[in-house]
Amino acid sequence: MATWDWQVFCKEITTGEALAGCFGRGGDTTYLDWMLSAWGWTLSVALLAMGVALVMGSLMGILRTVPDKRLVFIGEAWTELFRNIPLLVQIFLWYHVLPSLFKPLQGVPSFVLVVFALGFFTSARISEQVKAGIQSLPGGQRYAGLAVGLTLPQTYRYVLLPMAFRIVIPPLTSEAMNIVKNSSVAFAVSIAELTMFAMQAGEETSRTMEMYLAVTALYFVSAFAINRLALFLETRVRVPGILGAK
Amino acid sequence: MKKLTYLAAALALLVAGAAQADTLAKIKGSGAVTMGVRESSGALSYTLGDGKFAGFHVEICTRVLADVQKQLGLAKLDVKYQPVTSQNRIPLVQNGTVDIECGSTTNNATRQKDVAFAVTTYVEEVRIAVKAASGITNIAQLAGKKVATTTGTTSVQLLRKHERANGVNFEEVFGKDHADSFLLLESGRADAFVMDGQILAGNIAKAKSPADFRIVGEVLAVEPIAIMIRKDDPAFKKAVDDSISAMMKSGEIAKMYDKWFVQPIPPSNTRVGLPASDATKMAWATPNDKPVEDYAKK
Repeated sequence: MATWDWQVFCKEITTGEALAGCFGRGGDTTYLDWMLSAWGWTLSVALLAMGVALVMGSLMGILRTVPDKRLVFIGEAWTELFRNIPLLVQIFLWYHVLPSLFKPLQGVPSFVLVVFALGFFTSARISEQVKAGIQSLPGGQRYAGLAVGLTLPQTYRYVLLPMAFRIVIPPLTSEAMNIVKNSSVAFAVSIAELTMFAMQAGEETSRTMEMYLAVTALYFVSAFAINRLALFLETRVRVPGILGAK
Repeated sequence: MKKLTYLAAALALLVAGAAQADTLAKIKGSGAVTMGVRESSGALSYTLGDGKFAGFHVEICTRVLADVQKQLGLAKLDVKYQPVTSQNRIPLVQNGTVDIECGSTTNNATRQKDVAFAVTTYVEEVRIAVKAASGITNIAQLAGKKVATTTGTTSVQLLRKHERANGVNFEEVFGKDHADSFLLLESGRADAFVMDGQILAGNIAKAKSPADFRIVGEVLAVEPIAIMIRKDDPAFKKAVDDSISAMMKSGEIAKMYDKWFVQPIPPSNTRVGLPASDATKMAWATPNDKPVEDYAKK
């Protein structure tokens, strides 16, 4: 059982011939080439979705803390909607259900759909964290900002958000790592990312274990890189004297 | 250092678990056998819900195990069902979790390095399903069109080979399972669905309006589908092969085939509507366990 065959990655994906150097040239593609391209898809989906999630999540999180009931309602509704539906179900809604209701959506590539689906799903979680970050600040800060003559948007921009975002960097890091792992659901809508690669290449080569181990390593590397990057960012932006910083 | 010792012990256990080559002795000793089954592999092997499984291969295996029970002289044989997937079926047979896999596994040379196959009971033909109104009748017309197939199947590779050999290009879309791929065809996200004939026929039979779909074009590939068992266990392989060969000789297998592929089947009493192909009849006439590579040479 424990006979490994790592040479399988040097094989051409159509002819099954082992190529010297493990990288295909002139129209040849090896399983290694394919896996790296799949990694690219995984990272593209994850990073773009994280962008969408940060923008929408921050916006909705802020709306939930402003003194206007209508805006609070919009923020709450958004968060509860995307937080209470399982991710895979949301992906299918975007891919199968919405395009059959709104015909123009049929022309949208599945890559774009999955970026938005994953982004909106994660935005609900980020909204929750941003709200918690803002609420963790003493109420006096908001009033102080308003008292010195700043408008409400200015109070947010210069007083509340700089502190709130610093507070929520650790949970945001978790979300960024989660989104890399959650991007694996994209295989369900025909994105050639790592999970699809593992299933397909495992079937073609009968070396399922090797494929899954390699893919596991790439997921780990990606998520861990984000973790280190966030740690660097956290150290870089911290303000001496608060949040335990020296 | 201590950690290393634990690791070594764990590995040793794994290896020991894997080494169970004598299936007949294992069945005799435990009075139980584990059959690997699929949740949805068309009429070959599928679930009825509630932990019940049915299908052409499941019925064949049930008969085979009855013969094994007779051969071993066991008063009672406890048959357990273990659902497997394309990804885990081979490891589960190798490590002894599953004794006999009765799903829809293609017998090929790479897999023969890891496992053994009983004589071929069904020969699959890869075909194209399209919407009847589309006017598509052969694979050449699919150039530049959207072609759906299912992730984790040999059809994906088959399409790639065809593209390379003929210099055509398909826009491939992948469903996560067969039902999903068929939905792609049904909803117009794909122009064709390339897959094993019985899976296409089964999905069309279950569609809202079966008349809207048609299976067209040449047979793209033939693949022997067989029951999978552990490698290097000649006694068990002989018992299984003998039992199946007897069903082939007596014509029972043709009756069973008719029951699952031509007559209405549970749970919804629809018909797959796929009479036995010449290739399948040939496999029954001359029982063999040749891999798919031998079929391609012809």
